[in-house]
Amino acid sequence: MIKIYKPQRHGDAEQDDYFRKILTICFILCASLPLWLVSEVSAIEIHGFLQGNYSARVTDDGPPQKDGSDYLLSEERFQLKLSETSKDGSASFFLRTDFFHDGVDDESDMEVREGFIDYTKGNLDMRLGRQIVTWGTGDLLFINDVFPKDYEAFYSGRPLEYLKAPVDGLKVGLSSAISAEVVAIPTFEPNRLPGSDRFYLFDPFPSSVERVTEKPGKRLNDTELAVRLYRYIGSYDVSLYAYKGFSRMPGMRPDQAVTTVTTFYPELAVYGASVTGNVIGGIGNLEAGYYDSREDRDGTDPTVENSKWKFMAGYRKEAGTDLTVGVQYYMEVMDDYSDYKSSLPAGFPKDDKVRDYVTLRLTQMLLYQTLRLSFFGMYSPSDEDYLLNPEGVYKLTDELSLTAGVNVFGGKENHTQLGQLDRNDNIYANLRYEF
Amino acid sequence: MKDYFSPQSPHPHLNPLPEGEETVFPSPSRGGLGWGWGGKAQSILLLHIFLVLFVLTTISHALSPDEVMKNSQAAFLYPGKDYKARVVMKLISREGKERIREMTMLRKNYGELGGDQKYFIYFYQPSDVREMTFMVWKYPGKDDDRWLFIPALNMVRRIAASDRRSSFVGSDFTYEDISGRDIEDDNHSIIKEEKVGNRDCYVIKSVPKDEKGTDYAYKLSWIDKERSLPLKEEYQSKKGELQKVFTADEVKEVSGFWTITKRTMKNMENGHRTEVTLIKAEYNLKMEDDLFTERFLKKAPKKWIE
Repeated sequence: MIKIYKPQRHGDAEQDDYFRKILTICFILCASLPLWLVSEVSAIEIHGFLQGNYSARVTDDGPPQKDGSDYLLSEERFQLKLSETSKDGSASFFLRTDFFHDGVDDESDMEVREGFIDYTKGNLDMRLGRQIVTWGTGDLLFINDVFPKDYEAFYSGRPLEYLKAPVDGLKVGLSSAISAEVVAIPTFEPNRLPGSDRFYLFDPFPSSVERVTEKPGKRLNDTELAVRLYRYIGSYDVSLYAYKGFSRMPGMRPDQAVTTVTTFYPELAVYGASVTGNVIGGIGNLEAGYYDSREDRDGTDPTVENSKWKFMAGYRKEAGTDLTVGVQYYMEVMDDYSDYKSSLPAGFPKDDKVRDYVTLRLTQMLLYQTLRLSFFGMYSPSDEDYLLNPEGVYKLTDELSLTAGVNVFGGKENHTQLGQLDRNDNIYANLRYEF
Repeated sequence: MKDYFSPQSPHPHLNPLPEGEETVFPSPSRGGLGWGWGGKAQSILLLHIFLVLFVLTTISHALSPDEVMKNSQAAFLYPGKDYKARVVMKLISREGKERIREMTMLRKNYGELGGDQKYFIYFYQPSDVREMTFMVWKYPGKDDDRWLFIPALNMVRRIAASDRRSSFVGSDFTYEDISGRDIEDDNHSIIKEEKVGNRDCYVIKSVPKDEKGTDYAYKLSWIDKERSLPLKEEYQSKKGELQKVFTADEVKEVSGFWTITKRTMKNMENGHRTEVTLIKAEYNLKMEDDLFTERFLKKAPKKWIE
């Protein structure tokens, strides 16, 4: 398996793109019209925030591109949340749109973060449209949360809510003795990974090769399907998961002459389970999953990740007044390791059979919870790389908050997930007015 | 509807019953009254005997401090089968700077008085916690189960509940102040009887059995003799100073239940205080069990939160 962060930027502000986005918003607003017609609607609620978010690399390495910047982020953002609910509460509409100016690329753009209609009847809930779905029990570690993440946002010091990227699809919830959530996503959305225009990243191919991205097709049977069954057993939350779709982490396939490298998203199925609940004075969670690499079941294709078993155990508790401590252990074990080893081309960094992480999170609330000091640390004993993220959030008023933090990356090797980010240590600040 | 047009009682809830008539007799005794007896005279005679016996037992077996505290918890934390309130919390610094928390709180009782309870809280204010929901399954003598729903991530998180001294939403109230402390965790004694305003109260001293489990040395509670509600509480620090003071600032009868509709917790060490006002309170709304599940944590039903 080759693990590379490909140069990729989302939000290219081409005219067409802009037009398309405005159309999308118009479409969503129009789609909410039936709500008005079918039943009386309470007044539209308007909320959102204004935010300045800045993050700078402090490694003195200079920008990775000649005309680049030390800033990973330099943006002003305005988020508008509109919602309305029918009088009887059975139908509602929600639209969350970000308008932003990116000072690094000096461009303005917008993004529909969420836009959906909810409809509830009896024990059935339906949500149609762009939405964020979060499953699983981990803290910044994911096994059965198969939905897209925005790692670039996370590594460059955006607020945590930007780690989750939305999907366009339909979610149906059924509640009964065993409840279910089914998510269907017709169009694939990959993870958003740091781009080489702002980050120093490992790349096994020379920068001269041409890069092509190949997204999964748009045939009906390319629709991603994710199912979660869940219920309380005593007061433990127990869930079973299944997913059929595509890996959101790309594979890379060079052509014979290595003049073109194709980034693609191999077929994937995931089966898993999780349980969480009170354990000896704290919260314990266990989660496991099998990643079935459907395009490389025998493990002989070096461009596609092999199938893997993934496990995670976590425990957190209040260690003192307003002080929470959380620890996690995560492990993945590669299937067909010998096939992987023998098929890996010479010169490519080799993964271990077992890859694992330990994490520690400390959160202290102070001054009537107006000051939150936190630390998140992640270390991989197998990859010998790490991420350290201390952060402080101070609420000047109920509306106005100031966040400042540091991301420190490092590792023994320059090709591991966190090790390759070594030269991107950054400090970040965020001032937000919420209304 | 009929009540509103009845000339005898135009506004039944605005005319609290005279004192004395609100006393609730233990229901088994009341249920036995007149049972198997035919004549009216016998009934009256029985009633007299019963009353004399009742007074005698009351004198010879005055309420024990534990019973006072038990009744107080029942009146304060358990009234009704279920309960819904729109709550405004004002967090006020010594300098007078205010922060507002506004929420709808639902509660349902399970089993007998003092038994399990489920809570559901939906936040309206401040903006950064708007639409967040918080669910608690509370068990006496055992850690609560707590869940928090974060709308921006569409994520349900379990919340660790071991430290009951942690502040509730940044206020002067701790989780323990909100959901109650197990009666068995303290040694209670009645140290005197005293009036708070015009209400007769027992003054109970509660000393924690495990002194490490609290940050105060002991607590004095002024419990309304008749309504069993706590009208005042003083937390004495381990240094021997007054640490926190709770006051019930307004008590009203709501659907037949005496309810503290305004209360304050003041930190005497730093001058910070929290005022809690119930904008609206309702009892016995027939809440369904499935209200207190993940489904509604993720999408709070409009009917129940407004």
